[in-house]
Amino acid sequence: MARVELAVVDDSPAVELEALDQLWFQVAGTVCNLRCKHCFISCAPDNHSFWFMTREQVAEALSQSTELGVKEYYFTGGEPFMNNEMEAILADTLEVGPATVLTNATLMPPRRARRLARLRDASLYTLELRVSLDGITREMNDAIRGEGAFDRCVQGVETLVDEGFLPIITCMRSWPEHETESYLEGFRDLLAQVGYHRPRIKILPPLLMGEEAKRTRGYDETERVTHEMLHGFDLSQLLCTRARLVTARGVYACPILLESPSARLGDTLGEAARRPARLRESACYTCYLSGAICSNTPSSAGADR
Amino acid sequence: MSGIPFVPGEDEPGAGNGTAPRSGGEALLSSNDGEPLTRVAALGGIYSNHRALQVAIDDARARGAQAIVSLGDLGAFGPSPDKSAAILKKEGIPVVRGNYDDSIARGLEDCQCGYTDPRDNHYARISYEYTLANTSREHRQWMSGFPRHIRFRMGTGPDALEVLAFHGSPRRMNEFLWETTTPTHFLQAMAHDAGADVLLGTHTGIHWSRRLDGKRWYVNAGALGRPANDGRREVWYALLELEQGELQPHFVPVSYDVETLADEMLDEGLPDEFIETIRTGWWTTCLEVLPGKERARGRW
Repeated sequence: MARVELAVVDDSPAVELEALDQLWFQVAGTVCNLRCKHCFISCAPDNHSFWFMTREQVAEALSQSTELGVKEYYFTGGEPFMNNEMEAILADTLEVGPATVLTNATLMPPRRARRLARLRDASLYTLELRVSLDGITREMNDAIRGEGAFDRCVQGVETLVDEGFLPIITCMRSWPEHETESYLEGFRDLLAQVGYHRPRIKILPPLLMGEEAKRTRGYDETERVTHEMLHGFDLSQLLCTRARLVTARGVYACPILLESPSARLGDTLGEAARRPARLRESACYTCYLSGAICSNTPSSAGADR
Repeated sequence: MSGIPFVPGEDEPGAGNGTAPRSGGEALLSSNDGEPLTRVAALGGIYSNHRALQVAIDDARARGAQAIVSLGDLGAFGPSPDKSAAILKKEGIPVVRGNYDDSIARGLEDCQCGYTDPRDNHYARISYEYTLANTSREHRQWMSGFPRHIRFRMGTGPDALEVLAFHGSPRRMNEFLWETTTPTHFLQAMAHDAGADVLLGTHTGIHWSRRLDGKRWYVNAGALGRPANDGRREVWYALLELEQGELQPHFVPVSYDVETLADEMLDEGLPDEFIETIRTGWWTTCLEVLPGKERARGRW
């Protein structure tokens, strides 16, 4: 009797890298000092599935990146400042281009903020600190980010502002969209109390995966990017057409899909830059709807029409 | 000097009769008298500041500019957009298509600046709707012919420099190239891909320049439309000079009649916040897109 081979056919759309504008580093792996209930990759103190990157690993990618014409560098985790080499890594990066760190700002003693300010002032390029704060009150934030996180984060923001930083406060939207303006007002009031009078605030849509899928709901089956949806769509809105994520073990299509084996596009940056990314995950649907939410500003990516 | 002849590029068939090239193409620029270009003025975003525009043009000619090129964004922010368009047409100044011109010409919903901040969007909408409603059909038609790029050569022989003028970047008219977010290697790759020695753009509203490898440069001409967020009332344009085979980019401050422009803006019902900007030199709107370093140098 003939054997029938059953192969899984992946018919999800694939998109090429148009330009490597953004290079992301999973610099703290999945290690974080917090255990947030909405984390899309379930980072935690004991999640060691991805380990810290070394300064040498980052330096090697930085060196390749100048050949590839990278425009911006982003550092994420986990909590980047859990990595002992983070400041040295930033010093290396700021020699070649602008750096953005996605941090919870809870590990921000004044001496560190002072050193970061010195790195910033010594560079031609900007050093952006993007601070995650998920509520305008202690209760609201700590229900998501854990007890004590609010006070430590707000203290961290104050420390950064004292050093002349204008951190970008990012918050996952956990309210109905039409209430956003009143929450923005709440953030402005809160930040003014710690001396931050012209805050930069970025509201992000929720990603219904990892811990957030348990907290609220996961994506349903219809929430997928299909071939039809890409007709006439500006592909540059998708992060994977403009970015790659380097980790301690391999290079991925984007920072959201760290736990999706299919998003691993190669061992090296060169290899991963040549391979197209498949839009097979539900998170791709959020990126499709909202644009490249991971960038500092919408105009970091995106084409004119 | 009486205007710059417009020479259509090779990809502009049928545009050889002095008419503007088709949209989306590339045009060439040369001096009026056939002499090699060694001094060219570049005007950044005008944003309807017709008063600064006229002063800048007169100033550039007084300084011996053989050619003047506008890098687009004729409208936005200021009063009576047709006045700036009329000056550029009268003076025969070629214009690169900016995102604002593109939106106005095509009647798009917004200016393609890409703001997400509700406050920035509020003011961007006021500015765009005012400009769209007050730009004549004739000027919109004219704008629809603006090329995406204008290419010209400065100097002759082995020392000649190829200059590519655009609005945002060679690849996207609404790409922001700020001084503190644009790596040198990125600009070098862009110049290489564009086959240009000098990349000349605007879009950010703050002037800056950087020498790249060899004799290559990136120059951001800044804006005539509003001050450079530096607490000064002057606005800026760029004067590119070729000296002994090397480019020397100069930024020229332009003093104009701020109070009369403020009165016109008031009469047109434009927001007080816009008037405050031209009076104080500090940006009050469209702040979201500023990188941290540039933002920190401003007041708001």
